[in-house]
Amino acid sequence: MTSLETKREIADANRRRYEELRTAGQEAMPKALPAATALDGAPIAPGAIISSEEVPAGWYTIVRLRRGEALRIADPSGLSSVSMIGWREEDTSERINCADTVKVQWSAALSKGRVILSDMGRVLCSLIEDTSGAHDILVGGSTPASTSAAYGVTSRNTLENFVAGAAKIGLGVRDIPPCVTFFAPVSLDADGRFIWSQSRKRPGDFVDLRAEMNAILVLSNCAHPLDPARPSAARPVMLVRHRAVPAAADDPCRTGSPEAMRAFEFTDRLYA
Amino acid sequence: MTALITSSPRDASNAIYSHDIPAERPWSQVLKRGQTLRIVDSEGQQAVDALLYCAADPAERYSSQDTLRTQGSAYIELGTWLVSNKGRAMARITADSCGRHDSSAGCCSCESNAVRFGEATKYQHACRENFILELSKYGLTKRDIVANLNFFMNVPIDPDGKFTVVDGISAPGNHVDITMDMDVIFVISNCPQVNNPCNGFNPTPIRVMIWDQD
Repeated sequence: MTSLETKREIADANRRRYEELRTAGQEAMPKALPAATALDGAPIAPGAIISSEEVPAGWYTIVRLRRGEALRIADPSGLSSVSMIGWREEDTSERINCADTVKVQWSAALSKGRVILSDMGRVLCSLIEDTSGAHDILVGGSTPASTSAAYGVTSRNTLENFVAGAAKIGLGVRDIPPCVTFFAPVSLDADGRFIWSQSRKRPGDFVDLRAEMNAILVLSNCAHPLDPARPSAARPVMLVRHRAVPAAADDPCRTGSPEAMRAFEFTDRLYA
Repeated sequence: MTALITSSPRDASNAIYSHDIPAERPWSQVLKRGQTLRIVDSEGQQAVDALLYCAADPAERYSSQDTLRTQGSAYIELGTWLVSNKGRAMARITADSCGRHDSSAGCCSCESNAVRFGEATKYQHACRENFILELSKYGLTKRDIVANLNFFMNVPIDPDGKFTVVDGISAPGNHVDITMDMDVIFVISNCPQVNNPCNGFNPTPIRVMIWDQD
């Protein structure tokens, strides 16, 4: 048995380390984050484009990205939201983990310079460009229940898109984790209630996700459940798969925090 | 914010089951519709990670995002319906002497600890190890571990998104009652985390009690 005094010393040491990490994560990190990408910024060189695809409103697609490739998700109309889940291609038991993503980065606000983590302490993808910074990682996508409550009838929705997308790569309902939704400006008021900020959506918003592992993604172009607009307002989104600059030693996503550096290091080991 | 707080009307002498879960250990039980599970934070400041699965079809399970979306707010409180990935009510919080619980921070794992606190912490016991072992009794695997409930864990989220696990707010003896709305496999990990304040840096035992239909 550890003595009470020793336990207290260990607890005190753990607390001091936690406070150091919290200060580094919450106070140093946001200052180090790069500024948002301009709406007319970060053009993709024509030679870097691998493929592109328009996804109609209400629909989904499956995208496979090799490590180092990037996916541009663009919302030309400013009326759409794109929900996403994903797995590591070589072992799909490893998948996007929203809880670890917010916990490890001390923030539920995804923006340029942040990463999306897998459940294995590795980086699924990095936000290397982002004009928006208005994404949801807490509320999730639309479902049969949310659409029928909002519109009186069940319309095409993200959960059913995820079920269909997962099925086409041999996965099932058990493999559908909580999702992230891009171009979904959700924040919290002081009482913890969710707020939708329509003014933070702009035509032409885009985000570039660079895969840090070989990844399979399912993306669903359905209105976010907090979006007051009806699904008929939704428009197509554009996806462009392209070759990106690899995450070098000084990459801003990699060096953004001690936590990100470790997550990148653990990811690099997989492919060393 | 003023949290809703109430002591349970249920009398401990009528409980059909009472068990102390040692510090750092898992527990599970199949609970029938109408039964109530009480979790007692016996010594205070102890996070309790929990997952719920539909006993008839475990592919239906607790969904944090469906739960938060349905109630329109980010914390688990008195009256919160715990909603499944099929949009159905699984259970409801029917008493709560603590006031606020988390469902966004997930559980600790060896792998996330290594990222958060350094690689030396990879070889410390973690909730996900508990969940994997307990779920294996039901034929479930790591695939089935979704974002869980964290009873007695205080994770305020600021309007700008800042997200912090802060010191637990539960006092010794604080309890939460969860009444089942379907037959549920209820799985608990008594959180072993020593690297953040969720357990006051010192994991302690908790008590679980069960009542038949009120």
